Formats: sequence, C-alpha cells, structure tokens
Amino acid sequence: MKPGLSLYAAAVYAFLHLPLLILAAFSFNSSRFTVWEGFSLRWYRAALSDPNLAEAAWNSVVIAIVSTILSTMVGTLCAYGFWKRRDRVLSNALYLSLVTPEIVMGVSLLAFFQWTFRFLHWRLGLHTVILAHVAFSIAYVVIVIAARLRTLDGSLEEAAMDLGATEWGAFRLVTLPALGPGIASAAMLALTVSFDDYVITSMVAGVDSETLPMWIYATARRGANPTINAISALIVVFFGALILLSERLRGSQK
Amino acid sequence: MKLRFWFLLPARIWLTMLLAVPLGIICVYSLLTRGAYGGVSLPWTAENFTRLADPLYGAILLRSLWMAAAATALCLLMGFPLALFIARARKWRGLYLFLVILPFWTSFLVRTYAWMFLLRDTGLVNAALQAAGIIREPLTLLYNNGAVLLGLVYGYLPFMVLPLYSTLERQDPALLEAAADLGAKPLAALFRVVIPLAAPGIRAGSILVFIPCVGAFLTPDLLGGGKTVMIGNLVQNQFTTARDWPFGSSVSLALMTVVVALVVLFLRRDAEEAL
Repeated sequence: MKPGLSLYAAAVYAFLHLPLLILAAFSFNSSRFTVWEGFSLRWYRAALSDPNLAEAAWNSVVIAIVSTILSTMVGTLCAYGFWKRRDRVLSNALYLSLVTPEIVMGVSLLAFFQWTFRFLHWRLGLHTVILAHVAFSIAYVVIVIAARLRTLDGSLEEAAMDLGATEWGAFRLVTLPALGPGIASAAMLALTVSFDDYVITSMVAGVDSETLPMWIYATARRGANPTINAISALIVVFFGALILLSERLRGSQK
Repeated sequence: MKLRFWFLLPARIWLTMLLAVPLGIICVYSLLTRGAYGGVSLPWTAENFTRLADPLYGAILLRSLWMAAAATALCLLMGFPLALFIARARKWRGLYLFLVILPFWTSFLVRTYAWMFLLRDTGLVNAALQAAGIIREPLTLLYNNGAVLLGLVYGYLPFMVLPLYSTLERQDPALLEAAADLGAKPLAALFRVVIPLAAPGIRAGSILVFIPCVGAFLTPDLLGGGKTVMIGNLVQNQFTTARDWPFGSSVSLALMTVVVALVVLFLRRDAEEAL
C-alpha cells in the first residue's frame, strides 16, 4: 500500500503545483502563443512598463499596507480582550465575517456605502476599499493572535500588577512584547488576504482605485496575455518569499 | 478589567459599521421594490422572495449546491490519501505540509487564471493533444461546469487536507497494529479503523470546502465564461448589470441562510476553540 500512497500523493502535488509552474515558465516565452519559441523577458518588460499596471500595483500596495496596520492593531487588541474574558456576540460576528461569501460581503458593503452617500460627502475610492479590507481581515488577525495568547502564562501579568504595574503597563510591558512574532505572522496573513482580494474590492472600488487583482481580472477577461503570466510569476515569487519569512518567524517563536 | 472594554471597542465598532449594518441593509433592501434607475424604492413587498421559487433561479441554487457537493467529494477523494501520506511520512513532514499550504498563500485569482491559460482553445492542453495527434480540432475545455468544478477543487483542496492531516496525525499507530493482530487486512483496517476515527477531520474539511464553494463567484465567473452558473454570479449580476438590488439582496440572504445553517449545524463545536 505504501508505494501506491506515495505515487498518489505525488500526483496530487503535481496537480497543485504544475499549473502555476507552467504559467510561470511561459512568462519567459518569446511568443504570444502557447508554443515555446525561445527565452525572452519581453513580457516582464511589458508588465513593468505598463502605466495602468503600475498604478494598479501601487494602489494594491497602499491598500494592503494601510489595511494591514489597521486590522493588526484592531485584531490584536480584540484578541487580548478575548483572552481576559470571552465575548460571545463579538466572536460570533468574527465568525460571520469569515463565512459570509465574499460576493455577499461585497454587495452589502456597496449598498452600505451608497446609502451613506445620502448624508456624507464622499465617494467610492481607496478609503472605502481600505475600510472593507480591514473588516474582513480582523478575524484572521484575531485567530492568529489568540492561538499565540493561549501559549502564554496569565500569571505573568498578575505578577507584574502585584509589583505595581497598571493594567495598561502589564499589557504593554509584559504581554505585548511576548506577542511580537504572533503579531508579525498575523500581519503577514492580513497583508496576503488584502493584496489578493478581488471580489469585495471590485464592488467597493471607485473609478480611480483599480487594484492589481482588478487589472489581472480585466486583462484575463479580454483573453490570453502573457503579461499576466509575468506579473503572476512576480506575485508568486513575492508571496513565496513572504511565507518563507513568516515560517522562519513562527519557527523562532518556539 | 476596565481596559478590556476599550480593547474590544475598535473591533466592535468596525464589525458593527462594516458587517452588521451592511447585512442589515441587505435584509431591508430585500423587502423593497427596484428603483427606476437602480437602487431601491418603496413600497414594501415580499415579491423578491417569491421570485426565488422561479424554476430559473431554483435551478441556479440547486446547481450551486450540487457543484459545491461535487467539489467537496472530489477534494475528499484527493485530499484523504494525501493527508494520510503526510501523517505517515517519517521524514520531511514539514516540507510536505508546506507544499500543501503554499498555493493557499498565492493569489487565488492567479491560480484561477492558470487554468484559463491551460484549458483555453489555444492552451497547453489542447496544443499538447494536437501535437500528439490525438485530436485535430481543439476541444472546448473551458467555459463549462467541468472547468468550474476543476477550479473549485484546485482552489480549495488545501482546506480539506489540513484538518484531515491534523486528525490523522493524532491517531495512535498502535491501533493499526491491533487491527492487524486481530486479523484485519490493511484495506479493512483503513475502512473500519482509520476512516471512522478521522470523522471529525472529514466533517471539518468538508464544511471548510463546501462553504466557500457554494458562494463562489470568481471561479464560475472566469472558468464558467460569464454565464450565470452559480448563485454568486446571480448576486453579482443583480447588483451590476441587471441593477435589481432588491432581488440581489434576497438571493444574498438565501445564500447566507444556507451558509449560516451549515456552520451552526456542523462547525460550531469544532470552531469553539479558535477564537
């Protein structure tokens, strides 16, 4: 049974990884078509010199960084609050944010923002995308930080307070430093889900706030374009590096 | 602990304003009439819900459930042996797990596009089959239910493997020895010991795959070719091109009902620990 199982596992791994490897390989093809003609970097040059693509990538970076900072702060504080005592309503709301289909969250946020336009003078744009991204990232941050908090000894804070620390002092000087690696991997996760999101973003983005996934989607709908292969390969390499970094951070927690 | 209130406050405000209120608006809109230029208007009506019973929309809902169920079954079929392989590996277990998680960290959109690239008429699969002389004309591999199913399985397989692995990894190897000592052949031990004991992982993995699949939008949109294949496409369509927000809202609520019911029925106990 053992060799059969290994063979089966190898086939499933091939299924998981070959499509992306082939996609990346053809980003170096000099031909526009799926016939190998020779090695070339023309699609990378095309990707890097497309002004729309550059603007979309820049928007994605800004959205991902701002929403990661916000959701990591909000989520860390929330996980710490849960650690003290559970809050059933809030944790159910977090679960709801995880299981709500993206498209439903997208249209509900669109309806919400449109409704606020009746009495607030603002439009859809980068800020609405950021607000939405934080809303769906908080739950991921809370889960990662809560897992980290479970490994901590609560009596350390009590000891600090017996020695005269305030509640805030105990949090800031004792618990927060111990959470460092957990906060870093939570932020990585928030960064990836924000950078990757298309469905919710496309519903709440304004005309001037196209993101990288929106560019990829629009270009893919128009038909095959090796520039997508090139930018995809760059994204995969970038996030591959990011996950390796976060795995090393998690390793150093132990 | 007075501070706890202030620590939870930002999350409370954010989720109230950007989750609870928007979903509440969807509930209200589902009972209103379609506005003349998009948007909503009075009077109140239940018609958006009676329209859900229309065979046209019923078929889409049923197809979504069926596709999600088929994707879940395929993920289980592909994922269980893989999880078993990783759990029993003596070396490199970390690497094997990493290889399962890795695609989960790469862009979902990119992974879906990879299949468009492979399956389109001039894609690699057709080119290879033509070069090998197996077919003359390219096969239409894209823009059908099979392509959508493939995309769903590809996208959510890691969600199945991880919970399966974590239950299989905890199984005591002595159980298999005991089964063998009592005369069970390896396959009998698999079906009568290993699989029944992995039930919690099977349940958790199935729900984790089924839920995103039933509400999927991107996969059916890109691989199904713009036809209204699944319920997620119907929701998106009503809020964009069709401009019928009240009906789109009632479809959203139907989808939410399915998802929340599944979570409450199957996932509640398992998830209790995570938050």
